[in-house]
Amino acid sequence: MRARWFVGVLLLLLAGCTGTSAPEDGRITLRFQSLAWQEESVEANKALVKEWNATHPGVKVEYVQGSWDSVHDQLLTSFEGGEAPDIIHDASDDLADFAYGGYLADLKDLLPQRLKSDIPQRSWATATFGDGVYGVPFLQEPRVLIANAEWLNESGVRIPTPERPWSWAEFRRITERLSGDGTYGVAWPLKEPVSATLNLSLSAGGQLFHRGADGKATIRFEKADETVPRTIHDQANTDHSASPTTLGSGGSDTLPGFFGGKYAMVPLGFSYRQQIAQQAPKGFQWQVLPAPAGADGLTQGVSPQTLSVAEDSPHKKEAAEFIDFLLRPKNMVRLALGDWMLPTGTQALADPALHVTKDGWATGTALASHLTTAPAQSVRGYPEWKDKVATPAFQEYYSGAIGLDELRKRLEDDGNLVLARYQR
Amino acid sequence: MRTSTTGRVGQYAALLAYLVFLAFPFLWLVSTAFKSPRELGSLHPTWIPRDPTLDNFRQAFDEQPLLRAAGNSLLAASAAAVIAVLIATPLAYVMARRRTWLAKAATGWVVVSQAFPLVLVIIPLFLVLKNLRLINSLVGLVLVYVVWALPFALWMLVGYVRAVPTELEEAAAVDGAGRLRTLVSVTAPLLAPGIVATALFAFITAWNEFFFALVLLKTSDKQTLPVVLTHFIGAEGVADLGPLAAAAFLATLPSLIIFAIIQRRITGGMLAGAVKS
Repeated sequence: MRARWFVGVLLLLLAGCTGTSAPEDGRITLRFQSLAWQEESVEANKALVKEWNATHPGVKVEYVQGSWDSVHDQLLTSFEGGEAPDIIHDASDDLADFAYGGYLADLKDLLPQRLKSDIPQRSWATATFGDGVYGVPFLQEPRVLIANAEWLNESGVRIPTPERPWSWAEFRRITERLSGDGTYGVAWPLKEPVSATLNLSLSAGGQLFHRGADGKATIRFEKADETVPRTIHDQANTDHSASPTTLGSGGSDTLPGFFGGKYAMVPLGFSYRQQIAQQAPKGFQWQVLPAPAGADGLTQGVSPQTLSVAEDSPHKKEAAEFIDFLLRPKNMVRLALGDWMLPTGTQALADPALHVTKDGWATGTALASHLTTAPAQSVRGYPEWKDKVATPAFQEYYSGAIGLDELRKRLEDDGNLVLARYQR
Repeated sequence: MRTSTTGRVGQYAALLAYLVFLAFPFLWLVSTAFKSPRELGSLHPTWIPRDPTLDNFRQAFDEQPLLRAAGNSLLAASAAAVIAVLIATPLAYVMARRRTWLAKAATGWVVVSQAFPLVLVIIPLFLVLKNLRLINSLVGLVLVYVVWALPFALWMLVGYVRAVPTELEEAAAVDGAGRLRTLVSVTAPLLAPGIVATALFAFITAWNEFFFALVLLKTSDKQTLPVVLTHFIGAEGVADLGPLAAAAFLATLPSLIIFAIIQRRITGGMLAGAVKS
């Protein structure tokens, strides 16, 4: 009796497990895997999917929640197994392998002229690999300085603006001036030091990755590449104007110290403002400042969020139409506000909602025209170089364990060996 | 006597330190789950939230389908545990009692199978399940969990079976019990704590499993709790800490409850009643 009861429960469990749902009658169903994760952002995405479904009876879009944490492995397996979502949300620096691997559709002839012309070429460049365009860049964020406004005002230092930013040398002098007994002018959260260093180095003319006439990339750590890493290193090790403890931390980890008055400034991604607005103690005044500028001004490398279409999708045209709908200027603004990021679209960027001074939106939008593709992101082998060579090398350099010569040697010698394997 | 007291104090101190070490992450998780965003950003963290709030729980439930995900996890983990134990128990008995070359080879295979890394099997597995139309299906996921849990479950149960003295079975046979009667009336009750422990192991393994669930389940309505938890984490590891802690706290509850319920069965005298009075 007991055994029969047991088997019955097991059968019920298995019956309950049975998976696939019945196909829709004649309707095309597209799976849209979104990586939106903040409350407002998820809401905006879901609302737009709902609006699409209400107005497009023949093409149903199914919202699937993905996660940034594991998107690469998950997509890779899905592509290999032929089960990828039709519409894929990712970041442009994750697309190279998928694009070269033939997993993503070339969108050049699928997208309408309206969308093509609305997004500037420098943004399209972030998702262009070889002759094809494999993603629509739609949201991006510059790295900015989030500052304790009261502290800065009381110190009497010149407050930088996008029109008159600090130079890297001026930034170093000011952080030294702001530092004192147990307090620091800046806290660099450099748990992942590579993209922060490389993207900011563009302002000083640093390229690091150079393409030869044969199209192959090599690494050369030149004078212009030194500016940013040397500034950070000297702040932490010579001037003691940068907190040494935050060098191994993530951005969120620096916020308690920032709110607690230990650091005057924290260089963070633009979207961190959401956490700051939410977590800052009552009365805490903060402001958004542009990152320091170098010989190339405020130029900064970014890896925008992108929307791609799977090559295996049987409904590429409809998927591209959905992307076009999702990225109409008004919708792009909704997505940007939800994610606290900047839209790539020119019309969306002009929306008054993104030009308010509150929460530093105006400073961010003023930086948008300086954002360009990070030279490293289209280089095959970059992820391996980043993880195995550059991350430990930069971490050791910033902590003072090795000098600039050793850093250069490791980035170039070890790095070029890695790249050579990918470019035979 | 003095040495003994000192030694005992030392033992208790070590035990206490170990318990604190074990409990710290969980207590911190609970504390975080009830803190307001402002308190989470404080430079001076507190154990007991100053202004405890349920907002993180509200937000977690508003943002993600936690109940549905918990249901999926419960279904998959329970089914995997039950099936793994049903398969492993008789196999383990044979492997423990019949020391033939086949049993030894099977034992060797069980050990070797533990060495396969996930990434090695995931794509072939994905393709096999796709051909069986078991992608995006909890049945497919349960199959994977059963296969994944079986080697260790077998390994555990073989040990439990070997711990049951063969003399008891022989005594039952002398008393006239047949093979089936001996298994059901003598061996099975003695194995019960081991079976429960093994099922618990299989359940916890499946309940916490992330990678297979991430890769094999395609639509939001099928996703399990560990997958949904990652939705509170953004690019570059930024996390919505309050709702994440609230959701993670809820995710630990079933394991804790199950542990609390069956702990007695695991620790209850394994060979209680084994000796005829």
